[in-house]
Amino acid sequence: MNFDLTDDQRAIQRTARDFLADAYKPAEVRRLAYDTTRGFTDEGWAAICDLGWPALLVPEDHGGLGLGVIELAVVQEELGASLAPSPFLSTVAAAAVIADAGSDEQRERWLPALAAGEARGAVATLVDDVGWTAVPDADGADVIVVRENDAWSLVADTSAEAVEALDSTRRLWRVRAEGDLEPLPGEGERAFDVVAVALAAESVGVARRAMDMAVQYAKEREQFGRPIGAYQAISHACAQMLLEVEGARSTTLYAAWALDNEPESGPLAASMAKAYASDAGWRVPAAALQVHGGIGFTWEHDLHLWLKRGKANAYLWGDSRAHRDRVANLIGL
Amino acid sequence: MDLTLSPSEEAFRDDLRAWLEGNHPGREPEGDLAGFEFRRSWQRSLHDAGWAGVAWPKEYGGRGATLVEQAIFNEEFVRAQAPSTANVLGLAMGGPTVIAHGTEEQKRRYLEPILSAEEIWCQGFSEPGAGSDLASVKTRGVRDGDDWVITGQKVWTTMAQHAKWCMLVARTDPGAPKHQGLTYFLMDMEQDAIQVRPLRQITGEAEFNELFIEEARIPHENIVGGEGNGWAVAITTLMHERATLAFGLQIAVKRALRELMDAARESRASRDLIVRDRLAQLYIESEVLRLNAYRGLSAIMRDGVPGPEGSLGKWHWAEVNQALTELAMDLRGPEAVLYDDTWTFRFLRARANSIEGGTTEILKNIVAERVLGLPRMR
Repeated sequence: MNFDLTDDQRAIQRTARDFLADAYKPAEVRRLAYDTTRGFTDEGWAAICDLGWPALLVPEDHGGLGLGVIELAVVQEELGASLAPSPFLSTVAAAAVIADAGSDEQRERWLPALAAGEARGAVATLVDDVGWTAVPDADGADVIVVRENDAWSLVADTSAEAVEALDSTRRLWRVRAEGDLEPLPGEGERAFDVVAVALAAESVGVARRAMDMAVQYAKEREQFGRPIGAYQAISHACAQMLLEVEGARSTTLYAAWALDNEPESGPLAASMAKAYASDAGWRVPAAALQVHGGIGFTWEHDLHLWLKRGKANAYLWGDSRAHRDRVANLIGL
Repeated sequence: MDLTLSPSEEAFRDDLRAWLEGNHPGREPEGDLAGFEFRRSWQRSLHDAGWAGVAWPKEYGGRGATLVEQAIFNEEFVRAQAPSTANVLGLAMGGPTVIAHGTEEQKRRYLEPILSAEEIWCQGFSEPGAGSDLASVKTRGVRDGDDWVITGQKVWTTMAQHAKWCMLVARTDPGAPKHQGLTYFLMDMEQDAIQVRPLRQITGEAEFNELFIEEARIPHENIVGGEGNGWAVAITTLMHERATLAFGLQIAVKRALRELMDAARESRASRDLIVRDRLAQLYIESEVLRLNAYRGLSAIMRDGVPGPEGSLGKWHWAEVNQALTELAMDLRGPEAVLYDDTWTFRFLRARANSIEGGTTEILKNIVAERVLGLPRMR
């Protein structure tokens, strides 16, 4: 019984932390979010593919690394902390659904390309009158996995129109299928859980970074002649942030472990993690904003970027209420 | 990460489970004295089988269990609905403090009778004027030859009516700074200079006592950890208290939640969307408690000290247990105005959870200062 990451997992964590700290400083995150059309660049995507991240979860016989959800969660937490705008998660999610629900031929057609980063994927779940909306990273995606009438399909020929989103660091698109839908034969339940846990891990990183910013600010900012962190109204708010960050990380790591090692516990564990991390992912940045006072409410301060990502993550891939309802079902209520 | 039990941990669990199944003493009888004697004899049979003080080193009568085995012990104990032991404070706090700070002679003298429940322990820390600010205790000790003469008042003294020994923190150097003038004594409770008065609490019961101490005598050799070093020794006791509370009680929360879920299914309240949502949230929080506790163990095994997760457990447990009892009251609806042995009692008793063993406010201070590195208040 041991919660520690392995040496290999720690190495992945260290690499991710160093790479992202260097490549995605807040100024670069802002530039990508506000001054580019897609929200990321081909060079940025190529650098992430060089690290092998899109291949992490893809089975080895389809050109992937065949690693586990824990490794994915480790990378995702760091992506959330840095807020790096990237089509990474969309590609991972598309590959996960195809790996889980696709036929052998569909897997062979898409997984090697998605693992290598030669193809980008996206997943569309929110149906609207012409197709799907709020689809992350859809523009220029080579394949989009779509959800309609409780079944998964593939569509390669699509058009995408930008929609205005709460979180500018992850672009959302309205998607119309221009070609035929190609059904995936499987259920894809495990893939659903894997992506839920990946998003939960990202929210852990979002909350962690917002907490670090609040704690740092509480040590430096002085009012009434002392650092505001010496006041319990502030320090107790920071302690509450730690409780939520650690709780979200515990449920997320457990869910990642369960999906890899104890599949029968996967669905319940994944929904617990997504429900808890959805809440922590925006409550912690919101509390961090309060600690910052007026400066935290300015456009100039970076904090709102984390608040917006955390809040958007809370609604993607099932909100906390929906996941709690699934928890209620799974525990026999 | 490996969240499965190793073969030796599984063997430990299976042995314990089998023993608990074969030796469960049944329901505790009503009445303070009858209940106490029942728990004492239960502890004796645990000790005879080597299941008392599992965390203690083997040379002092313990089992030398690993941290994970201790966690398994706590889980299995609650799962089997095993009754509480008679000497909870001696086992969880007094013994570990003597093991950490006592002389070899003290270890030989005090540890065995704690395990066998032959000598019961109580804790004399809090005073009417020293609650969260524990270091401001006023009970004083004055040296008189080979003895110390103790005068003062203590409060919240669980088990004082049955206790042989009291872990007593007293001021022995009134001139020293407040954290330095304290000494940790083991005080013999069997003397006329100590009066024990039950303290009735909001549930109507009296789990606790007040102690009125008028020139009680303690031999110099009963000091633990050296004269003037009482603060450090007391902290050891408190850390053991919080660690035990955090681990043992998260399992009790799970059991209470199970009862509440059964009740909600039976009354069909579980079909109400708000009730479902609150129950699911409590289930998740109870899992967070469990997972944080296990992550805390991994941190101790790795670093030798509890990680940040560990300090959160007691505070979080209090919140979850209070929320659970509040939902239970809500589920009773208008009938919640009537007294119910289970849920009215638990609702009232839970109010103490965020006070006993360190208030939530003090625990948040500790997290803020020691874990997050925020400036000290004052």
